[in-house]
Amino acid sequence: MRIIAAMSGGVDSAVAAARAAEAGHDVTGIHLALSRNPASYRSGARGCCTIEDANDARRAADVIGIPFYVWDLSERFHDDVVVDFMDEYAAGRTPNPCLRCNEKIKFAAVLERALALGYDAVATGHYAQLRTGPDGTVEMHRAVDDGKDQSYVLGVLDQHQLAHSVFPLGGSTKTEVRAEAAARGLLVADKPDSHDICFVADGDNAGWLREKLGDRAPNRGGAIVDVDSGEELGRHEGTYGFTIGQRKGLRIGRPAPDGKPRFVLDIEPVTGTVTVGGRERLAVHRLSATSPRWCGTPPARLDGTVQLRAHGSELPASVAVVGDRVEVELHEPAYGVAPGQAAVLYDGTRVVGSATIAATA
Amino acid sequence: MSGTQRQAVHYLDHAATTPMVGAALEAFTRHLGDVGNASSLHASGRQARRVVEESRETIAQALDCRPGEVVFTSGGTEADNLAVKGVYWSRRAEDPRRTRVLTTAIEHHAVLDPVHWLGEESGATVELLPVDAEGRLDLDALRASIERDPGSVALVSVMWANNEVGTLQPVGGPDGVVEVAHAHGIPVHTDAVQALGQVPLGFAASGVDAMTVTGHKVGGPYGVGALVARRELSLVALQHGGGQERDVRSGTVDVPAVAAFAAAVELAVKHQAEHAAHVATLRDDLVRRVLEVVPDAHLHGAPLGPGRLPGNAHLGFPGCEGDSLLMLLDARGIECSTGSACSAGVAQPSHVLLAMGCDAEAARHSLRFSFGHTSTPADVDAVVEAIVPVVERARAAWR
Repeated sequence: MRIIAAMSGGVDSAVAAARAAEAGHDVTGIHLALSRNPASYRSGARGCCTIEDANDARRAADVIGIPFYVWDLSERFHDDVVVDFMDEYAAGRTPNPCLRCNEKIKFAAVLERALALGYDAVATGHYAQLRTGPDGTVEMHRAVDDGKDQSYVLGVLDQHQLAHSVFPLGGSTKTEVRAEAAARGLLVADKPDSHDICFVADGDNAGWLREKLGDRAPNRGGAIVDVDSGEELGRHEGTYGFTIGQRKGLRIGRPAPDGKPRFVLDIEPVTGTVTVGGRERLAVHRLSATSPRWCGTPPARLDGTVQLRAHGSELPASVAVVGDRVEVELHEPAYGVAPGQAAVLYDGTRVVGSATIAATA
Repeated sequence: MSGTQRQAVHYLDHAATTPMVGAALEAFTRHLGDVGNASSLHASGRQARRVVEESRETIAQALDCRPGEVVFTSGGTEADNLAVKGVYWSRRAEDPRRTRVLTTAIEHHAVLDPVHWLGEESGATVELLPVDAEGRLDLDALRASIERDPGSVALVSVMWANNEVGTLQPVGGPDGVVEVAHAHGIPVHTDAVQALGQVPLGFAASGVDAMTVTGHKVGGPYGVGALVARRELSLVALQHGGGQERDVRSGTVDVPAVAAFAAAVELAVKHQAEHAAHVATLRDDLVRRVLEVVPDAHLHGAPLGPGRLPGNAHLGFPGCEGDSLLMLLDARGIECSTGSACSAGVAQPSHVLLAMGCDAEAARHSLRFSFGHTSTPADVDAVVEAIVPVVERARAAWR
């Protein structure tokens, strides 16, 4: 196959590209430039968007012995990921931009360009496994390394995207991948993992949103209200600083009457009201999700598991699909579930699909 | 997996850098083993100094200047920086009203960036002069800009030939930049990096006060170049230390590089006419045949002929990303350029094409093919053969 290997400058994508090349594929490395002004994205060695990362990716491609180019996807990234991230927060939801980037950039803009240029697939350093299922379709399964499994952020990929994807690392542990990088002479072997949102330079999401959203309604601040008494406990400067289930940073002077910590229960974007209360009020038993994306044929019903955040735990659940709505009944309650998060549905290790949480109960 | 990339077959990026010529390689290697700091007083030092001074004389003869006017630098970028900042600071020191720096919107970044830096950090007022649709400086705009307040102009910097689209600029000659500026006593710098060896180039005859040249564009080594500057032109040093080069450029002189640079310059000037004829024949053939097979492609810059660098073909392919074209040609062993500056390898829309009036899309759909002393008709054939399928694919990949 002719493969485009997306290389972030990190260890995972470097080893993925090396494995694809060693398997005999005709591999071309590309680094995605996601900012017009690379310095404005994260500095240091943690991210995927700096000039240093582009250089690391280029050096890895040299060592592997594959051609390398930088593809400028900054406009698409801004329009499809950064703006979406701001809009979602402005609406009081909690988006995951990595899913959006996979859905719209890596396995859409990049994939379509690769196919048009005569390539067959895109390879990345994601930890997930692809297999051919009994009906001949491509199935995506969790990676063997539980700690690194990234099937959650890939849950937005449909069959067309999966059929043109290659994940060479799904069968390995991170430890093995680092050792292999060192053995291959890839200097990124001990580069730290990236965790934060790549376009928020210093990891301060609230500060970034404050700056970007500015006066954009409905984020001019509001009351922090106790769920039981209705009493205003304090004021805040914008709903973007909060996410459902958050405990820290509420800056409420007075303790709760029962002495227990308070958590963010609800964010009302129009009035700016943030409701807080005890942890038991966070329990979610059912959730309703929209805009589903299915890896293969959509199921009507599913008894499986659902994962609600990256590196979150698997929750047993019964799922019903009605048109564009996905109703999830959790067998045990989940805590700190925010609208805007993705619910990724699994049948055993297999990813069935994903949908965006719209409401919880 | 070896670390070797696929073999380059057709190198058509001589404006980026061109292979060293035999005479330069010979001079380079001959001196690499020699000991002797050209500033040392003993016999070895004197021998090294002799090589440097003979090289300076060779270059002076080739460029129509005096040996004392040749200031060796680490290359074109340093020479441009020395000219722009060095002249600005000295002229402003003589008269604090001189804060305007006039240059064109199509300069190389080695001029544009120091000019903008002076604007941000050193109180300069920057004026970027417009060019016409072929990328040629609007002399009326220059004249008007100077005449608005001649006493406030520190310097004028106009490149001899544009590196992207190859258009020659009206630097010397009647009513040229030099004449216009000198009428008001304003010094002129020209970046002649692309022009040397391609078109006739004489320092004294042109009348410019400072001229940048570099080794690796004319078959010399990387990392060596010169600012040719009239002795009367006062320059403030950028780099302080031993004062080796006329007290304006400190640093131990790189003897082998300077010797090789001189050998390359001497040959480039000696063979300029036949070289120009050689590359122009290939270039004209390429342009004609590509426009035949890709009818909606078009040439950017001055028409083929005396107004343009002989080895430069800059072609626009509507509906394509230059990046895609470059990558697809590279995979076929054809090496060219999108002709625009890169940061982290990201192609920005060309500031040259934008200044020529192209829209942002047109500024990104272009390729520069540049011919040199190793180019052959087979290079042209390879491009003509590849370009149709490559353009088709790149079009399919667009957006």
